[in-house]
Amino acid sequence: MAEFTLPANSKIGEGKTHRAPSGTKRIKTFKIYRWNPDDGQNPRVDSFEIDLDQCAPMVLDALIKIKTEIDTTVTFRRSCREGICGSCAMNIDGTNTLACLKPIDEIKGDAKIYPLPHMLVIKDLVPDLTVPYAQYASIQPWLQTESAPPPDAERRQSEAERAKLDGLWECVLCFCCSTSCPSYWWNGERYLGPAILLQAYRWIADSRDEMAGERLDNLEDPFRLYRCHTIMNCTKTCPKGLNPGKAIAEIKKMMVMRR
Amino acid sequence: MSTPTRPLSPHLQIYKPQLTSVLSITHRATGVALSAGAIFLVIWLAAAAAGPARYAQVNAFLGSWFGMLLLIGWTWALFFHLCNGIRHLAWDVGWGFELPQLHASGWAVVAGSVALTVIAWAAGLLAMGG
Repeated sequence: MAEFTLPANSKIGEGKTHRAPSGTKRIKTFKIYRWNPDDGQNPRVDSFEIDLDQCAPMVLDALIKIKTEIDTTVTFRRSCREGICGSCAMNIDGTNTLACLKPIDEIKGDAKIYPLPHMLVIKDLVPDLTVPYAQYASIQPWLQTESAPPPDAERRQSEAERAKLDGLWECVLCFCCSTSCPSYWWNGERYLGPAILLQAYRWIADSRDEMAGERLDNLEDPFRLYRCHTIMNCTKTCPKGLNPGKAIAEIKKMMVMRR
Repeated sequence: MSTPTRPLSPHLQIYKPQLTSVLSITHRATGVALSAGAIFLVIWLAAAAAGPARYAQVNAFLGSWFGMLLLIGWTWALFFHLCNGIRHLAWDVGWGFELPQLHASGWAVVAGSVALTVIAWAAGLLAMGG
């Protein structure tokens, strides 16, 4: 049964405010979710006032500035800063995206930053991704075949067959989509969620893979696949412009067509 | 040191409502409302079967401002569920998944359900007056 409110240990309190020096012209306030596993306190939201004239354009730049100059304990994942690694996924201004791809000036008013929604928090903006990673493993995301490969060449694919993987292979597994999905919030342990289902479809759609039937069998389940109610928050929020909702619809269609 | 119980990050509390999620929850809510409305339809028919006195009683309630409000609400719920149901049928065959299409069909459902409600009531009231 879905729990719509936060448990007692997760309710969010007021945090500290770090003011910009007086005389700062272009101030932007970043309100950042904080939780420290070592102090026994509930989560809180700290405010950091930043001088935009001294900050690079993206939200990740502001986070790094805050960590470097104001509070070194602010904790978040980041790596490539160009939307390829998927590490800095978080909830910014009410929707999930990658901090490195989100321009600060797209945010009206204060910039509110939370971890990916409805996840267990390890620290501050770092969610525990153990469940989605295990779900990813469950779809066996690698090429599977029964036939022997050609003795002197790789498994060939026509241009048209390869084109079917466009819009699927680009996924960086940031889980912005899965954690934007209310179905995944309420049934995240049993429903695979849009990110994993898009990956499942990526292998089903691959002309070289010979296990499509088994892959579909594995998804034929009231929870694993069919908790998708086409809400479409996933496609709306994907920072890479992909369409997990459509990939799930293609899987559902294949389920019907193979009967 | 043992790991303390981890908090759950906020979800409904902070996620921005948007056309996608709002229309989806409205589809479910109108479905529930229509089920309740179906029970009321049975009450109305049972009252008609029970004789003129009972029927007049139920009709008096339906003619009150509150009854009218319920009826208008149910009419809109019916048309919304119908229009969005057609949207779902299109999705089931794989149509209309691009973001601009999602927005266009979503707003079309909102506009269509309101327009159909107005038309149905205008036609009903005209027929009663005529």
